[in-house]
Amino acid sequence: MSLLALLGVLSSAIFSGTSLLYTTLGEVIGERAGIVNLGLEGVMLVSAATGFAVTSVTGNPYLGILASMLTGGLMNMLFGYLVIARKANQLASGLATMFFGFGLSALIGSSYVGAKIDSLPRVLFPGLGGLPKQYTSQFQFDLLIYLVVPVAIGVWFLLFRTRWGLGLRAVGESADTAYAAGRNPNIIRYQALFLAGMLAGLGAAHLSIVYTKTWKEFMTAGRGFIAVALVIFSKWHPLRAIAGALLFGGAVAFQLLLQASGVNVSPFLLDSIPYVLTLVVLMAWGGTRKHSAPASLGRVYHGSE
Amino acid sequence: MTILTQTRNKISLLNGKPVRVLLRYLVIFGVAFVLFGVILWLAGKHPIEAIRDMLVYTLGTPAGLSEVIVKMIPLLFTSIAVALPARVGLINVGAEGQLYIGAMFAAGTALAFPQLPAWILLPMMVAAGLAGGAIWAFIPVFLRARGLVNETITTLLMNYVAPTIVSFFVYGPWRARGTASAPQTVDFAEAARLPSFFDTRIHLGLVIGLVILAAYWYVMKYTRWGLEMRAVGGNQQAARRNGIRWTTYLILAMCVGGAIAGLAGMSEISGIHGRLRPNFSPGFGFTGFLINWLSNGDPIGILLMSFVIAMITSGGDILQLKQGLPFAVLNILLAITLFVVLAKPTLFERKKA
Amino acid sequence: MKLSSDPGLSSKNALISMRGISKQFPTVLANDRVDLDIYPGEIHALLGENGAGKSTLMKILYGFYRADAGKIFFHGEPVSIRSPQDARHIQIGMVFQNLNLIPAMTIAENIALFLQDLPPVYQPQKIHERIEHFSKQYGLEVNPQDLVSQLSIGEQQKVEILKLLLSNARLLILDEPTRVLAPHEIESLFRILDNLRNDGYSFILITHKMKDVLRCADRITVLRSGWVVETLCAEEATEERLIALMFDKEISTHIIRQGQAGALSSQPLLELKGVSTRGEGAATSLNSIDLVIFPGEIVGIAGVSGNGQKELGDVVLGMERIVTGHKLLFGRDCTHRSIADIRKAGVSFIPENPLSMATVPFMTVLENMALTNTWRYARYGGLRVDWQAVRLDMETALGKFGFSFSPYIMARSLSGGNLQRLIIAREMAHNPKLIIASYLTSGLDVQSVMVARQALQQARRDGAGVLLISEDLEELFALSDRLIVLYGGKVVGHFKPAETDSYTVGHLMTGSKAQDDNIDSNPK
Repeated sequence: MSLLALLGVLSSAIFSGTSLLYTTLGEVIGERAGIVNLGLEGVMLVSAATGFAVTSVTGNPYLGILASMLTGGLMNMLFGYLVIARKANQLASGLATMFFGFGLSALIGSSYVGAKIDSLPRVLFPGLGGLPKQYTSQFQFDLLIYLVVPVAIGVWFLLFRTRWGLGLRAVGESADTAYAAGRNPNIIRYQALFLAGMLAGLGAAHLSIVYTKTWKEFMTAGRGFIAVALVIFSKWHPLRAIAGALLFGGAVAFQLLLQASGVNVSPFLLDSIPYVLTLVVLMAWGGTRKHSAPASLGRVYHGSE
Repeated sequence: MTILTQTRNKISLLNGKPVRVLLRYLVIFGVAFVLFGVILWLAGKHPIEAIRDMLVYTLGTPAGLSEVIVKMIPLLFTSIAVALPARVGLINVGAEGQLYIGAMFAAGTALAFPQLPAWILLPMMVAAGLAGGAIWAFIPVFLRARGLVNETITTLLMNYVAPTIVSFFVYGPWRARGTASAPQTVDFAEAARLPSFFDTRIHLGLVIGLVILAAYWYVMKYTRWGLEMRAVGGNQQAARRNGIRWTTYLILAMCVGGAIAGLAGMSEISGIHGRLRPNFSPGFGFTGFLINWLSNGDPIGILLMSFVIAMITSGGDILQLKQGLPFAVLNILLAITLFVVLAKPTLFERKKA
Repeated sequence: MKLSSDPGLSSKNALISMRGISKQFPTVLANDRVDLDIYPGEIHALLGENGAGKSTLMKILYGFYRADAGKIFFHGEPVSIRSPQDARHIQIGMVFQNLNLIPAMTIAENIALFLQDLPPVYQPQKIHERIEHFSKQYGLEVNPQDLVSQLSIGEQQKVEILKLLLSNARLLILDEPTRVLAPHEIESLFRILDNLRNDGYSFILITHKMKDVLRCADRITVLRSGWVVETLCAEEATEERLIALMFDKEISTHIIRQGQAGALSSQPLLELKGVSTRGEGAATSLNSIDLVIFPGEIVGIAGVSGNGQKELGDVVLGMERIVTGHKLLFGRDCTHRSIADIRKAGVSFIPENPLSMATVPFMTVLENMALTNTWRYARYGGLRVDWQAVRLDMETALGKFGFSFSPYIMARSLSGGNLQRLIIAREMAHNPKLIIASYLTSGLDVQSVMVARQALQQARRDGAGVLLISEDLEELFALSDRLIVLYGGKVVGHFKPAETDSYTVGHLMTGSKAQDDNIDSNPK
């Protein structure tokens, strides 16, 4: 297992994990407000398809990324309408959004399968200029990758150092208490979902426009669900999600590496690692208050009595 | 009380008031088809033709109709797998995973005993399918009963672990020779195959499914256990105070539900595929969840909705052929149907315990 | 209305004045032309037993309810308080019995959430400093970075008070603040209140506890049945005087009793020996309860709500776990038996809120009737339910009381009174040997109340035993053969109604006296 190979895994992890991290950060915001979105997979797909289509048509990847973010926000608003205004069950609404996303993305993307696009430029990670080419080629990153950790810090700041974030967390723990403190839980939830949707769109954009530079049906391959699992694994904390995204994103690359070095671990068992880890975490920490979910996660808020 | 209200009240004891129920479904699908048509039109396709093609193909031809029924079979199972736990207030999103593990157990049995005659092997496979699904459902409900974790999250996560276990076996110890590029197990022996009717692909799984549906209907409506389960789902505290053993029912309902989902897996691989392939399920578990939401757990509704949803997914093939639309597009139709139900749950309907 | 005798205190200086406040609810007149003055720098106790109207009055002051009549004045100016926001605007704060805190967040975050002037971007450090300023000054020692979930109830209460202080409240209403506190915590709380009062803050303490009132109140207003009996200064207040004001001596003891209790030599139906439970969170723990019930008697449990009566009923049913002690039913040890077994042995339970506690709302009347006895109606091992038999039993049971309900309507379409009748009929249907009646008449209309009481008396005539848990002293005196008083989860008194009066019971209910050191819960 050479250094080069290890670095290759790290590089893969960073590339693969970036879209995962953006999406996870968005879901952290949503879940901290008490809403679990099982439809993330669908949201990501539609955003990816739209972003890719816009990039292909306009030739401008930045426009594509913006389109992707906007689409994500709107998809989440649709989901939000069901869950907040119609007070529908979050799981069922999430699944409906997922189905919708499957279909809509296929429709939007159908004319763009196989299209080639201009993507974002890649820039070497600063400070590595002096190293030999074989190493540096692994660390040419794009704008979105460079932005992802600052964004994660930004999400942390938003949740823990702003008035809005405090209110959001209160809504997710106890909407009644938040209401008693003068907040409007429904409006806060809409705002949270929109922001979450934009982040998911950003993640999807990275996947289709930057990383793979293609569009394929179902291309997110479960990343939406992995994000939900990752939120739990990170205990709903944006900074921990960074490590988790690297870990989960790197699992696939790591598996290839193991195979290449002759270690015979089944790839499938490695595929299941994100979920198994999350389950273990849930079981181990589920009982104690500190590590459990926002208290109102999943519950319908029935307004002030 | 007037005669009218008396009759109305008497009917409410039966499952569903036929006219209202029908009206409700008509409206839901009507709206859904219209919206779907709008979306198709916006995408530059011909909605009326598309929908007409779908209906003609699926309901108009014997081949089409038989395909619909084939697709309906697993949905019957997975819908009940969601409906039964829902009666006691549990949300089972894990039918997909339970289906895979059930299929795996059944496949294992088929591969281990190819020499046994069908009348022994098939029941064994059924039992194996039931066991697999039940085990996969037991873990989440156990955690829930202990108050540790919500079962919706655990069942969902376990959905993603199950197919990897199946893939592990199919790519590994159970892989048939010469299938390295598209791995699958060896073909099952004749004895491990559920027989089909006449020339069609419709297999005995249909009968099993209908029997289970009837049993579900009977148990919930007429037996003591059904009464107590509905009480637990309707008002857990009251059920507790009345001496009903609610934890027992939670575990029972979930495990039986899981077992039935396992049976879906078994019937698919035994009745249709004749072998175990990785990722063979196009989302039967999730579709079952959708059907349960549409029908609110009502047995007739499950039957109807399974048929209709099977019809829609069957129609996808035709859409692909004639309109050049990707198969996945009819997920939009499914989604809109669910949106309508979620947005207006009380459409012509009364909540039941 | 008699205000204090000190001429220096006139209503003109009052911080808050309530005049002529009345509030009518469907079944009861909760406040009847109440006048109240609160001055800056005083601790004012609002004293009264269950249903006196204290809680309602304060909820009107805090904006949860609108009074039907009357006015509120702030510094002499009339104000309209239509919501808690309005109340907070005039610097009134309220600490409820169910604390309004988020366990998963820190103390600082909880307080910050309620700050009116929190900037859009804030620094926790600044919040900590503000908290520490107050906590040091008044003895509310807390570490702002602790999670609320780690705090004891007493500490959480301090956080609630801090929350109000930092939100600029000058008048704090505390609802039964000492209910869940240990003695040393109570003293600690009172010292804090003293400090704050000396700095000009005002408090209204809603309470039924004599000791608290005598220890810390500057002035006391006694409410009874919705009206102000008297307002006194601390110097004028003695236990005797307060009890006399709180409880109506003339309790109409229509002791509708026919036939005395069954032979005391027969075997007890229920025996609790040293039973203790552990309440979670704000629930009351029972402490070494001894209790006996014989056939043919009604044993009444008196006490202000929150002192363990509900838990007692739940313990007998099997709903609450017994940590130490033994429970014997009909002579057999049933300490850890399931509710199903206990019911099968002949115990029935009539709770206070039939819709949420005893019935499944979306099931029919007939189905609900069958719920307690599914084993009785199951045929072929459970494959069928004999609805004919259910129907028959239902008609017999309802007929005994003269009720009639259509079997096929949904339970939730029945009114509260009708639902309770249904439950009474159901629970008495199979001649239970022991009936636990837990606040069964609370919130009911007059007729339903009569029906319920008659049903219990009939049961007694039939030789059953009844554990009657009630907030209504009149009811307890009228129906019970023996009366037991609970306070703080312990038995503090045990009488025959004819041998005592509401004052004595009142003393015990408010914790001011124990009957004597050896409480013998067995009849003499």
